[in-house]
Amino acid sequence: MPVALTAGETEEFEAPGPAEFELPPAFEILGFGVTKPMLIVVAATLLIGITLYIAARRAAMVPGKGQFFVEGVYGFIRNGIAPDTIGREGAKYVPYLFTLFVFIAVLNISGIIPFVQYPATSRIAIPLGLALVSWVIFNYVGIRRQGFGGYFKNMMFPPGVPKAIYPLLAPLEFLSTVIIRPVTLTFRLTFNMFAGHLVLLLTILGGEFLLFHTQGLVGFAAGSVSLLFGIVLTLFEGFIQLLQAYVFTLLSAIYIGGALTHEH
Amino acid sequence: MEGSLNMVGIGLAAVGPGVGIGLIFAAYISGVARQPEARSVLQGIAILGFALAEAMFIIAVGLAFALG
Repeated sequence: MPVALTAGETEEFEAPGPAEFELPPAFEILGFGVTKPMLIVVAATLLIGITLYIAARRAAMVPGKGQFFVEGVYGFIRNGIAPDTIGREGAKYVPYLFTLFVFIAVLNISGIIPFVQYPATSRIAIPLGLALVSWVIFNYVGIRRQGFGGYFKNMMFPPGVPKAIYPLLAPLEFLSTVIIRPVTLTFRLTFNMFAGHLVLLLTILGGEFLLFHTQGLVGFAAGSVSLLFGIVLTLFEGFIQLLQAYVFTLLSAIYIGGALTHEH
Repeated sequence: MEGSLNMVGIGLAAVGPGVGIGLIFAAYISGVARQPEARSVLQGIAILGFALAEAMFIIAVGLAFALG
């Protein structure tokens, strides 16, 4: 995209695109390239595991700061998400939902941590894997609760609908539950992180370009505003990242709750 | 003028979910204003509706880059 702010300007601004996400392997193990998102996943797993282990091992009657924080997050899942969506049986699924929330939140937040600055969940494989785990769980609990035939019958032929609608409704419901649910779970998380990171790159790289590679007052003013806006957007992106972790967890819980109960 | 027509498509695709998310949060705000004690129940529903409406646009972003 050529920028012609001042006369005689020849430098061109390269707008960041999807290529920014294609990093070369950091190093290789037996010919298998290890990339930055993989390292982030490993680091996040270790970080979460060690933090939770320490917080749980030193469980005190009067919690300290760390224990209070971890218990707050756990309580948010146990008292905020599970009872509202799954109901009385929610307690059984709290460990899974808590793991899901914390893992996704940490992987998302890696996008705004200085010097890491790469949301690992913007690579589609990671949300896809998590969505498939959720998909297997909600289908499994549904089939175990209602039986194989009963689960699909309740899914595709909900009672209380005029008979003539069934030929239209049944394939739609089947598609929606079996295919569209995991696909939208994956896409929502992936492209939220992808688009958010791209916007941050655009404001910050564009601001840097306007400040240091163009002459004149217009470039200076626009670049300053763009960089300041980049800082605001970074904070906003942090909020979006936590919100998306919450949405993924909430939708997984709703799918599990929907598979467990069916109206007569 | 240069660039991909896909980027125009993203802008157009943002209109629908933008209106939809606005309506969802308008309903949420008026609901909380009428019954402040229902906030915790409404919050989950509002966020869920927001996520579902937003998915349309997010899929459009993904397709714009994938097909570009």
